[in-house]
Amino acid sequence: MVSVSPAGTAAAAPAPPAVSRTRRAGRALLLFALPAVIVLGVFFVVPAIRLAWLSVSTPEFGIGNYTGLATDGVVVTVVLRTLGMAAVVTVLCVLCAYPYAYLMTIVGPRWRAVLTALVLLPFWTSLMARTFAWVVLLQDTGVVNALLAVVGLGPTRLLGTTAGVSIAMAQVMLPFMVLPVYAAMRGIDRRLVDAAMGLGARPINAFLRVYLPLSLRGVAAGATLVMVLSLGFYVTPSLVGSPQQSMLAQLISVQVNQLLNFGAAGALAVTLLVVTLVLVAGVQRLTRTGGAPAALVGGTAS
Amino acid sequence: MRSVGLRRALVALGILIGAWLLVPTLIVIPISFSGEDSFAFPPSSWSLRHYETFFTEQSWLNALLVSIQLAVIVTVVATLLGTAAAFALSRTAFQGRGVLNGLFLAPLIVPGIVVAVAVYAAFLQWGLIGTPVGFIIAHTVLAIPFVTVNVGSALGGFDRTLERAAASLGASAPATFRAVTLPLIMPGVLSGAVFAFVTSFDEVVVSMFVQSPQLQTLPVRMFTSVTNEVDPTIAAAATVVVTLTTALLTLAATLRRTRRA
Repeated sequence: MVSVSPAGTAAAAPAPPAVSRTRRAGRALLLFALPAVIVLGVFFVVPAIRLAWLSVSTPEFGIGNYTGLATDGVVVTVVLRTLGMAAVVTVLCVLCAYPYAYLMTIVGPRWRAVLTALVLLPFWTSLMARTFAWVVLLQDTGVVNALLAVVGLGPTRLLGTTAGVSIAMAQVMLPFMVLPVYAAMRGIDRRLVDAAMGLGARPINAFLRVYLPLSLRGVAAGATLVMVLSLGFYVTPSLVGSPQQSMLAQLISVQVNQLLNFGAAGALAVTLLVVTLVLVAGVQRLTRTGGAPAALVGGTAS
Repeated sequence: MRSVGLRRALVALGILIGAWLLVPTLIVIPISFSGEDSFAFPPSSWSLRHYETFFTEQSWLNALLVSIQLAVIVTVVATLLGTAAAFALSRTAFQGRGVLNGLFLAPLIVPGIVVAVAVYAAFLQWGLIGTPVGFIIAHTVLAIPFVTVNVGSALGGFDRTLERAAASLGASAPATFRAVTLPLIMPGVLSGAVFAFVTSFDEVVVSMFVQSPQLQTLPVRMFTSVTNEVDPTIAAAATVVVTLTTALLTLAATLRRTRRA
């Protein structure tokens, strides 16, 4: 499956006595990374830099696109709406993920496998299929409205509203929250809670003052992840929401597709990218994992 | 959290959230077998007509075939490039390693819409919009990280003394790689390949910008269907996609379990 030239395998073999030769062999091995580096460099890094360049050079050189966006009332509204929506989705996800992850830590192995599968199944199955399902579920005669009617709240208009979008988006984002929270909880030494109670703390105090602080790192990691993904989310808001309530990613798409305004689209994209990178750097600092936060590896949300 | 009442409340909440996670994935299945021309749920009559449309109408069938062909090519290319890169990165120490690692993870972190617009602007100039090559390149960029992560973790848990043992018994370097290294990291390579396939097969945002009316992937066709039509054929499409990806990912999960064992 993988073709390997003699130079590369020589380095994989036991080290020859001379240190310099090992080092040279190691360098030669790096050539194997070259094709992938070229593909990513030419077709990912170069386009990104070009876009950033377009944002300060089209239609004329300067930061006009950025100041133009900052003073455009519509853009500011959309940005604020996107931030608000991301915050709502994040809070919803924390509220649902925390008890769910806690439940995962106290059940037996078989139920834990079931609960994990329930998180991983939507994590990896088609985003388009799930978003379509939400369009069906949220329509005026849909299942969600039928359920709301039972409770005495329906019928309510959900499709095309921010309420509908946050319900659908939170479901898509929930796995990104559950996984880091569960990872943090799994690492908590339960004897600490027992010790607190042994020393006379009531269970609620032991939980609030020992367990909760220890699990907060996972919550912070998950929350930042959900926030980041929500800010740039395109598919679900476009299909479940309405153009009148559009989010940042839709605005970028309109600038490109309908107005062919690469300068403004570039400025919006660069802003989104910078916010994302800052937040991700924050997550990495919090979780202290090398590389990407584990839950980022395997996202179908975009 | 020891009281029985609290535990029961937690279990009830867990069931509710579990249902919330699961139902939207499964509900497309009964809708796809409905005999009606709407998205009514539950359907009042049953038939296979939406599948018949899906597998006979040109626009759906072509989209499905384009997506499958594309995903297969992307899987091969991304797996080769990603495995070679993961191998090189895990076996060499050098300065600037962090930068390279960052490069290999960047496509996972950068928001899809940003990648899409950047790629669109570049591909427009390079004449790659609406071409198979453009699709292959764009999807490969997105798929490589999944391969490097999976192969990288397989190599991370790898006992190098096995390679030394093989070599000390007289095996040549290529023979050591083929007989010892490759079989041991194979589960990682295969699960990376599955993730590459699913990434390409499922990708929407970048594909929407690279597509042309003549060359469309299935998720893009589904997106158009939800925005512009009320065509229940999409339920059949969604069911096919869910079935295919679930089957593949179950395979990947099994592979990973073998790797851990």
